[in-house]
Amino acid sequence: METKAAASKAAPAKPGRVEMRDIVKCFPGVRANSQVCFDVSPGEVHALLGENGAGKSTLMRQLYGMYQPDEGEILIDGLPRSFRSPADAIRAGIGMIHQHFMLVPTLTVAQNIALGERSGRWPLADTKRVVARVRDLAEEYGLAVDLDAYVWQLSVGEQQRVEIVKALYKGAGLIILDEPTAVLTPQEVDDLFVTFRRMVAEGHSLIFISHKLGEVMAIADRVTVLRDGQAVGSRMISETNRDELVHMMVGREIKQLEPRALEAGASRLRIQGLRALGDRGTEALCGIDLEVRSGEIVGIAGVSGNGQRELAECLAGMRAASAGTVCLNGRDIGAASLNERVDAGMAYVPEERMRDGAIGEFSVKENVFLHDHAARRFRRGIFMKARAMNEHAAELVREFSVKTPSLDTPLKTLSGGNIQKLILARELSRSPALIVAAQPTRGVDVGSTWYIHQCLLQQREAGTGVLLISEDLDEIRALSDRIAVIYEGVIVGIVERDSASVQEIGLMMSGVGA
Amino acid sequence: MKGLLSWNVLSGILNTMIGLATPFLFAALGETFAQTAGVVNLGVDGIMLLSAFAAFYVTLSSGSLALGLLAALLVGLAMGLLMSFVSVTLKAEQGVSGIGLYMFGLGMSSLLFKVLIGTVKTVDGFKPIAIPLLSNLPFVGPILFRANILTYCAFLLVPASWWLLEKTNLGLKLKAVGQNPAAADSVGISVSRVRYLAVCMGAVLAGAAGASLSIAQLNLFQDNLTAGQGFIAVALVYFGGWRPVGVLAGALLFSVANSFQLWVQVLGVKVPSSLAVMLPYVLTILALTVTANRARQPAALNKPFERGES
Repeated sequence: METKAAASKAAPAKPGRVEMRDIVKCFPGVRANSQVCFDVSPGEVHALLGENGAGKSTLMRQLYGMYQPDEGEILIDGLPRSFRSPADAIRAGIGMIHQHFMLVPTLTVAQNIALGERSGRWPLADTKRVVARVRDLAEEYGLAVDLDAYVWQLSVGEQQRVEIVKALYKGAGLIILDEPTAVLTPQEVDDLFVTFRRMVAEGHSLIFISHKLGEVMAIADRVTVLRDGQAVGSRMISETNRDELVHMMVGREIKQLEPRALEAGASRLRIQGLRALGDRGTEALCGIDLEVRSGEIVGIAGVSGNGQRELAECLAGMRAASAGTVCLNGRDIGAASLNERVDAGMAYVPEERMRDGAIGEFSVKENVFLHDHAARRFRRGIFMKARAMNEHAAELVREFSVKTPSLDTPLKTLSGGNIQKLILARELSRSPALIVAAQPTRGVDVGSTWYIHQCLLQQREAGTGVLLISEDLDEIRALSDRIAVIYEGVIVGIVERDSASVQEIGLMMSGVGA
Repeated sequence: MKGLLSWNVLSGILNTMIGLATPFLFAALGETFAQTAGVVNLGVDGIMLLSAFAAFYVTLSSGSLALGLLAALLVGLAMGLLMSFVSVTLKAEQGVSGIGLYMFGLGMSSLLFKVLIGTVKTVDGFKPIAIPLLSNLPFVGPILFRANILTYCAFLLVPASWWLLEKTNLGLKLKAVGQNPAAADSVGISVSRVRYLAVCMGAVLAGAAGASLSIAQLNLFQDNLTAGQGFIAVALVYFGGWRPVGVLAGALLFSVANSFQLWVQVLGVKVPSSLAVMLPYVLTILALTVTANRARQPAALNKPFERGES
């Protein structure tokens, strides 16, 4: 028994060809997967591409035993298997790395890896074996992890490495990666892909769930596209191209953005010498000077954590400034409350949309009225005007093509893109003078991203000032008239759209060009 | 006042403290397991009451302390299964189901007492066991080493719980299930099973706490015998920051305050007795406000687990 266990540890059960046939999975009100077929061959990187809410994660959670399909079957090496729990899938050599890491922050890395494993030194937790095995794995795949560190001490990239090591430790031959690059910096993505290639070279197969075309093209051998719960088709990467994949994903052509040349007008937002403390009590904004004019999009570029979040919160009135002035349309709003800022014409699209922008448990309609429920046209005395509210909400949902089963659906059940469109709809419906948009398309699908960008450009043409804070440099460069680079709480440089190369901006972002 | 300051009285206060701490240690360490796994069991006091009755009744009718203790543990187990079924399987609001369990224990123990016993009776409870040599140590000996078997067990449970939580595979599972049940689930651990186990371990220990009152300390049963000690035990878990050593510190602090006020009354010091009785509770509230540290609180405390929700 013991030798058998040891043997299976040494040579993990590599599943051969894995096949999912005609998978149907329904949730109340949604057909998440309908008749989906999917397969992976050994040593292959198979990308599963699709918009948010297309059913990618649902499909893979069935392969990992977290859900059971309503119809259809899963075959491994031609034999039908049914996984009642992840434990079954792990035993069959399948591992999954979830978008939200499945790690316990208060345990050490070694303890996290040992979790759920049969202990060799029962009843003690067997972290000794972990240490020995992980050293081999680290060498084999170039994955260094600090086993004694607590998970909460690790960066996101490091946590992901722990997840990969954990999956390999459990003997996964096939690893499902759910949006693994969503939380990584470009540099970390490159490192991750190097790891992937090593894993494939060792004979592992990978399923790469993503909605980012560039990454799919870079790493996958084959791609299957899902749309609205259905498999649209599969292609070899060598025989397809970006345009075809976008078309399969979105179901229509996506045009390139072409901002019209505009003359910027009067000053909308003027920030002078703005200083503020960050969450840790150290100074996060160290004297920001910036102006946004009417009909202009100013992009704030920078590496995460250089004061972008604090700047957005200061402008929205959610964080107190310690010094400096903020003027909206020439009026000092430095001491104004959130409400007064909204009334003065500020719209805010927060970075943490489910924390600061919406209430997940509330319905779509209620979220539309988070601020305006007390507006004169929506109330009569202390009563809400239900019909006026319904009409307004329905109009916004239609106008911004928010995909929702009904106005009474809890917002949290919508996809990220649709939630963001609803927040944007709500903010824009007040005809603001200034929009502060923080990471407006993070975690948002291609179609919605395109739509949100269009909205911002339309606002620009309508004479609104837009401050776009984003860590996606491509987004900043595509939309902004001027790009301000933030580094350690200071604007280190402002460049016109076409006058600076990516390299120049990149250098400024790392503090070198300053 | 002078009498309070003698060595004898100090020794007496500390000796009483050790005895008083026994039910708190059992109940609070048990609750620590349940909460580490993410389940708040507010029904501890009810479990203690019903098991205290069971221990007392079985001892009274059979004459066997061992059988009485066993009955208490079994009642604890049954109540634990009930609590886990309601809060883990049915995913009911834990606070409410715990209160329900308490009311059940309170009412049921009173009812059974009236029906089966009716009058005040006493039993011969567990006798103090003097540990050879150690019990002869000056000052410390009589305080620490002349206790009954349940008290020894309660204190030994402190390092045992630490060992279980920090060193064993089960401890790892308990923490994982309480901090990030989705992570535990994703590596094939059954969240429900671990939570059932944790709640039942806690409930069995609450049963021991009840027995320690009715067949070791007071040797009698009456309505609402515990007078809310189970709730204090829950508070001690927060006070102790979900660590056995912290729970020990809290149990001793509360017990020494209680013991002090008892001695104040025994020695006839002129303090209104109602004020004296308040002392331990006031102290607990003060201590909780000072030490309140949510950082160690299990992240999934009080949250039923549903697969696929994130």
